[in-house]
Amino acid sequence: MTGETTVRKAETIPIAESNDVVRVRQQVRVLALEVGFSLVDQTKVVTAASELGRNTLEHGHGGHAEISIIDNGVKRGIKMSFRDNGPGIADIALAMTDGYTSGKGMGLGLSGSKRLMNEFELTSEVGVGTTVTVARWK
Amino acid sequence: MERIPILRIGTFLLVTIQVDMHDQLALTLQEDLTSMIARVSAGGVLIDISSLEIVDSFIGRTLANIASMARVLDATTVVVGMQPAVAITLVELGMSLPGIRTALNVESGMQYLRDTLADREDEDDWRDYSPQG
Amino acid sequence: MVIMKTLLQTLQDNGDRIVADWTHSLRSATQRKDLLSERDLESQAADLFKAIVKVPAETKISEFGSPAWRPVKDLVATLSVSRANLGFSPTETALFVLSIKPAIFGTIRQEWGSDPDRLFSEITVADSFIDKLSLHSTESYIGGRDRVIARQQEDMLELSTPVVTLWDGIVALPLIGTLDSARTQVVMETLLQAIVDTNSRVAIIDITGVPTVDTLVAQHLLKTITAARLMGAECILSGIRPQIAQTIVHLGIDLQQIATKAKLADAFRLALEQTGRRVTRIDGAQAAQAAKAAKAAL
Repeated sequence: MTGETTVRKAETIPIAESNDVVRVRQQVRVLALEVGFSLVDQTKVVTAASELGRNTLEHGHGGHAEISIIDNGVKRGIKMSFRDNGPGIADIALAMTDGYTSGKGMGLGLSGSKRLMNEFELTSEVGVGTTVTVARWK
Repeated sequence: MERIPILRIGTFLLVTIQVDMHDQLALTLQEDLTSMIARVSAGGVLIDISSLEIVDSFIGRTLANIASMARVLDATTVVVGMQPAVAITLVELGMSLPGIRTALNVESGMQYLRDTLADREDEDDWRDYSPQG
Repeated sequence: MVIMKTLLQTLQDNGDRIVADWTHSLRSATQRKDLLSERDLESQAADLFKAIVKVPAETKISEFGSPAWRPVKDLVATLSVSRANLGFSPTETALFVLSIKPAIFGTIRQEWGSDPDRLFSEITVADSFIDKLSLHSTESYIGGRDRVIARQQEDMLELSTPVVTLWDGIVALPLIGTLDSARTQVVMETLLQAIVDTNSRVAIIDITGVPTVDTLVAQHLLKTITAARLMGAECILSGIRPQIAQTIVHLGIDLQQIATKAKLADAFRLALEQTGRRVTRIDGAQAAQAAKAAKAAL
C-alpha cells in the first residue's frame, strides 16, 4: 500500500550562470546522501541534475531548480524540478531523441537524464517556458 | 582567473582534475591543454579524473574534444582513473567515448604512452634505414 | 460492546492454574524440544500470560490496533519472529498462542457453568481475543520469515558474484543462474570495483552457467563491458553456449566490438596474451623435475 507522496525537505536554487549548476549538483549530492542512496545512484542523480541544470541555463536562458526529499510512506527518494521562462520546446518528441541538439551539446541531456531517473515529466509551451520534473526512488 | 594546472613530465603532460568543474573551467582547460601541447611538442597527455565524482555529457564531450585536438597535434591522450560509479552513469547516460584511450591509473596510462611512443620511434628508425627513406 | 473487563478479572483470579494447564498442554502437544527448551517454553508462556492480564480492563476487543494491546502484541510478535528464525513451522508458532484456549475455557466454565448466557458471552470474548492474537502471531511470523528471505537473497547476491583473480592483472567473474535487472546491477558494480581494487587490465565474464540470455541481459552485459572500457580495462566474454549464440543472433544483438571466446580457458589464454604473457609447454626432463619437486613438497 503506497500512500500519498509527501515532500520532506525542499530548497530552491536560482540558475543564472555556470557556477550555479555546480551549486545545484553539490546540493543534490547532500540530499542524495541524506536519502541514503548508494554511490552509483548518487552519481546518477547528481549527473541528471547537472544535465538538466545546464539545459535550464543554456536553452532556457536561466531559471531555477527546486530539489526535495520525497517520501511515499514506503520508500524515500529525491525529486528535482527545473523551471525556466525561456523559448520553450516546440517538438518535445524530437527534443527527447538521443543525439538531437538545438545547441552545442551532445543531445543527451533530456534523454540521458530520463534513463538516469525513475520518473520523468516534461511540460513546455513555446514562448512561455519549460519545466522538467524528475524523481528517483531509493 | 581559475585554472587547472598542467604538469610537464618529459614529453608528457599530466592534468589532475580535482575540482568540481563548471563548464567554463572545462573549456579553459581544453584551450590551455591544446596550446601547451603545441608549445612543448608533447607526445602524450594524461588526464587523471580519479577525483571526479561525476562526468556529465559536457565534461565527456570536452574530454573527447581534447583527445581529438591532441591527435591533430600528433599527441596521444589517455584518460585515467575513472571511478566505477562514474563509468556506469556515463554509459547509462548514453556516452561510451569511443575515441578515447583509457587506463586504470596514472601509472598504467604512463606505461601505455611510453609503449606507443617507443613503437613510433621504432617506426621512425625503420623509415630512416628503408631504401625509400 | 465486548470488553475484556470480566474476563480479565477471572483470568487474574485463576492465573496460576491457567498457566499450569497451559504449560501442561504445551508440553503434551507437538513441540520442538530440538529448537526450544521446555524451560524457555514455560517462561515464555508465563510472560505472555502476565502481559495478557495487564491489558487495561476497559479495553475493547474490536480495537485491536489501540495502544492498550501494544505490549501483548509486541511480545507475541517477538516470540513469533524468534520462532521463524529458529525454524518453527507457521502451525507450530500459531499453536503456542492457540493452546491457551482449553485452559481459559475450562476456567470460564467453572465460573459461569450454571449461567449459559454468561458462559457463552465470556467464551466469545476469550475466543475472539485469542484468535486475534494468533493471527497476529502468524502475521509476525511471516514478516520475520520475509526478512530472513530478504537477508538470504542479499547474501546470495553477494555469494553469486565471486570475482576471482586468475593472474596478476586478470580477474574473472563466473556467472551462474538467471540474470535479472537487480542482480545484473550488483554483478556490474562488483566486477568494476574488483577491477579497481586488483588493478586488473583484463576481466573475463564467463556465462557458462547462465541458462538464457535475453535482450535485457545482453544489454546489461554490454553496458558493463563499456563501463569497464571507460575505466581502462578490457572484458572478454566466454562460455557462450550454442543456443545462446543462436539467441543473440536472432535478437539482433551486436557483440561485434566484444572479444568473445567459447571456453574460459581460451579467454584466459587471450587475457594472458593481452597482458604480454604466454603459456608454453616445457620439455620432458624439466616436466619430470617439476613433478618430482611437487611430490617432495608434499
